[in-house]
Amino acid sequence: MTGHGLTTIIIDYDAGNLRSVARACAEVGLDASISGNPTHVRSADRIIFPGVGAAGSAMRSLGRSGLDAALVAAYQSGVPILGICLGLQISLEHSEEGDTRTLGLVEGTARRFDFFDLDLKVPHMGWNEVRPVSPHPLLSSVEPGDEFYFVHSYFPEPAIRDQVFAEATYEHDFCCALGCDNYFGVQFHPEKSGRVGLRLLERFATWDGESC
Amino acid sequence: MLSKRLVACLDVRDGKLAKSVKFVDTKDIGDPVEKAREYYEDGLDELVFYDITASSDKRRILLDVVEAVAEQVFIPLSVGGGIRNLADATDLRLAGAEKINVNSAAVQRPELIAECAEAIGSQNLVLSMDVRRVQPSQQCPSGYEMVIEGGRRPMHLDALEWALTGEKLGAGELVVNSIDADGTRDGYEIRLTRLLAEAVRIPVIASGGAGRPEHLRQVLEEGKADAALVASMVHYGDYSVSELKRWLHDRGVKMRMSW
Repeated sequence: MTGHGLTTIIIDYDAGNLRSVARACAEVGLDASISGNPTHVRSADRIIFPGVGAAGSAMRSLGRSGLDAALVAAYQSGVPILGICLGLQISLEHSEEGDTRTLGLVEGTARRFDFFDLDLKVPHMGWNEVRPVSPHPLLSSVEPGDEFYFVHSYFPEPAIRDQVFAEATYEHDFCCALGCDNYFGVQFHPEKSGRVGLRLLERFATWDGESC
Repeated sequence: MLSKRLVACLDVRDGKLAKSVKFVDTKDIGDPVEKAREYYEDGLDELVFYDITASSDKRRILLDVVEAVAEQVFIPLSVGGGIRNLADATDLRLAGAEKINVNSAAVQRPELIAECAEAIGSQNLVLSMDVRRVQPSQQCPSGYEMVIEGGRRPMHLDALEWALTGEKLGAGELVVNSIDADGTRDGYEIRLTRLLAEAVRIPVIASGGAGRPEHLRQVLEEGKADAALVASMVHYGDYSVSELKRWLHDRGVKMRMSW
């Protein structure tokens, strides 16, 4: 996994089971390697940044291994990056989860669901409709009514409204896909969302990092 | 808003698909990997494997089945049966299971719930409960009692109390199996499902008794379940997954209808 050639790296930082992401990539013909080595991340042509768990421990783990700096460098060099779930949340500047300072690739905050309606359960877990609000190459296959699988208690709130590319509703509308240059993040799990999710990964496999 | 989920349960014994009636008389009915793929393609929302082998030397077979399914089924995969410790849970997670179901071992040693929830996250830890109806008593005021070991051993533990304990210890979801309804095809235990669904703040999957589409509607609406689990209904070809979802959707139950 050194040298040249098209390498896609799934970042491993002790934040959940990455093999389901790798399997879904394989299904759409994207040959991705799981790695926690910052050198691999810096030389990758394409990066998937998944994760489940808590923001604080994820940031500590990224900091210990030097993956935080590698990710920032990769982002600045224009490599296409796909953040998934926690990987999206900690790409923002701040998370309300443990009041954690996060990577800051994208301006904004991960906020906790806080409902007046106590019948609503947190985490928001299950299938929910994803509605694109402006066009993006990674969402070009999403059709009205398509649902994706979610499991989360926090949701992303980018500071710049134009960076919201899709929304979902759980008591209120929230951003579930955001993009900023060569970075795209989704709050749902494309690897667990059946064919509609695989189609998103398929598009990521050939995405050049341009928004439109 | 969230859709209700249709969950199919595959009881696996020695790597084969089996089906029980009232938790006994199991018989083989096919290849679980093939069935899993078929249901996935037909729009299933979630898949549950229960290993009813119960002998640890055949554990590898279950891991192989889970791994084979995880390679071709891209929806949440939940596995249970005989999970006694975190190592069992970790093995299954590595094989490709998202969610781990604990059952008997958790009743005997409740800390198992906290240990697993801490390690794999509450959202991935499901408390599966086998429940039977009893005369309400001081021990079981709700009139529902916990039973373990595949329905063989009553625990004199109130099911409602156990559900609340499980939630407090970190379970992220409940599967409520009614032993009385299991395999009867006469409908879910609506009263039990609703009792638990209204008491906890985590999702509830109703299990046991589905025979007709109307039973699913009842338990999702009147029973307040977040998900309905089916087995025989789809295993024998009486109904297809998409047919059930369409039926529910047509009657106003919010279901995921494109896949």
